[in-house]
Amino acid sequence: MAAGGDLERVFREEHGRAVAVLARVFGDLDIAEDAVQDAFAVALERWPADGVPPAPAGWIITTARRRAIDRLRREAARADRHAQAALLHARDAPPGPATEDDAVPDERLRLIYTCCHPALAPAAQVALTLQLVGGLRTPEIARAFLVPEPTMAQRLVRAKAKIRDARIPLRVPDEHELPDRLAAVLAVVYLVFTEGHTAGGGDRVVRDDLCHEAIRLGRLLAGLMPDEPEVLGLLALMLLTESRRPARLTALGELVLLADQDRTAWDRSLIAEGQELVRRCLRRNRPGPYQLQAAINAVHSDAPSIQDTDWRQVLALYDQLLVLAPSPVVALHRAVAVAELEGPAAALAIVDGLELGDHAVRHAVRADLLARLHRDAEAAAAYRAAARSTGNAAQRAFLEGRAAQLSGGPPSPARA
Amino acid sequence: MPQYLIAMYQPDGGPPAEVDLGAVMAGLGALNADIKAAGSWVFAGGLHDSTTATVLRAQGGDVVVTDGPYLEGKEHLGGFTVVEADDLDVVLGWARRSAQITRLPTEVRPFRFVRDDG
Repeated sequence: MAAGGDLERVFREEHGRAVAVLARVFGDLDIAEDAVQDAFAVALERWPADGVPPAPAGWIITTARRRAIDRLRREAARADRHAQAALLHARDAPPGPATEDDAVPDERLRLIYTCCHPALAPAAQVALTLQLVGGLRTPEIARAFLVPEPTMAQRLVRAKAKIRDARIPLRVPDEHELPDRLAAVLAVVYLVFTEGHTAGGGDRVVRDDLCHEAIRLGRLLAGLMPDEPEVLGLLALMLLTESRRPARLTALGELVLLADQDRTAWDRSLIAEGQELVRRCLRRNRPGPYQLQAAINAVHSDAPSIQDTDWRQVLALYDQLLVLAPSPVVALHRAVAVAELEGPAAALAIVDGLELGDHAVRHAVRADLLARLHRDAEAAAAYRAAARSTGNAAQRAFLEGRAAQLSGGPPSPARA
Repeated sequence: MPQYLIAMYQPDGGPPAEVDLGAVMAGLGALNADIKAAGSWVFAGGLHDSTTATVLRAQGGDVVVTDGPYLEGKEHLGGFTVVEADDLDVVLGWARRSAQITRLPTEVRPFRFVRDDG
């Protein structure tokens, strides 16, 4: 019967809500997590025989709460002060519609802000968010980040101990701290996505899963904070990037540049959803870095080819992005648009003026511009420099291929 | 209620010349008044320079006394405030103000336990 698959799905979808509700009830994240694990263990026994209950999330939360109280009572009877405190907390906790499915979205929001608290190291924020909000298990998170499982387990244990001992609260931040704290949450989700999208190695399937997980978290945030345009911008950015996945790699796993991608392979429904989100957030007229990056991606996803791209629009968006989030990396990407509008020489002057050091993308952009200017030897050298400074195997193979083509192979076709 | 240490780390040899100590002390005075008004105040103190420190180490049956400080470095613990608060965010609020006033690296740590009854 399908209860096993259902259970796994319910675990992922409802873990965050269940932990958040119970953490509020007991005032303790460890107790909440143990109780939820407990309830899923009971479900694993019963659901295959009894069938999946009509409100699985409510069933999990109710069961977890009941079992936690039973256990705490036994421990409290043995004069366990921690258990006594948790029971008192549960007695005084506001009842809250703990079993209603959509009535308490803010519970998860509190949990997210706790997981992404600036007092925790960024790597711990990511791991905690995936585990507590995303319902991923420690081995899955370890595999996704190419970290040995004991290392990841220890990272999670330490982070939870700090939440407990330093009393990092389960709370949505006040208005005045919200911009900084929200930025930290968005950074965690985007880091999960980029790790899945570009990271240097590991199992492809695990990586794809990470992208899906980030998008799921992005959808959750967009549902919880529909009035924050940067939240919508981040989701749009991830959807539009994800829409190109089918065209990004060859069957052999080699990278395909945007210019060379088969645009008919792009996922039209993701593009439609992403573009709608871009329109919705830009209407609020509170642009931010994620919205602008999403808007740039939206322009690309509108274009039938690289030549037919509205580069003026792309450049205008990069100009805005450079004002809001000035960085040499943004300036580098802006130079690509300049190349299309004013030619490779103008772009090369910009790229050569950037202080980026030994940066793989900078080398690659320089190489492309030099090739367009028919300076093949310099272009090949730049491709080789790019290959040396990237940690990504697919990218390295691609860049070395280009370098070989320019040094020995047929001359590169001229491009306008 | 849980207690926290807010510790400030100072460069050895006193503050740089451009620091307006009067303004810093006035700022800290106002901050301390607010901590007291919030009922969070426990104790605060400033330390003499780390060159005044003395280190003791048990070795065998003996204790060896040497000139300190214990940790080598160019910055040392210079002063601290102990506060009481329900959670870390409240303390980070005080510590943030303190760091803005003193411009010193500031560390917050929760007490595991407190004894004030000898």
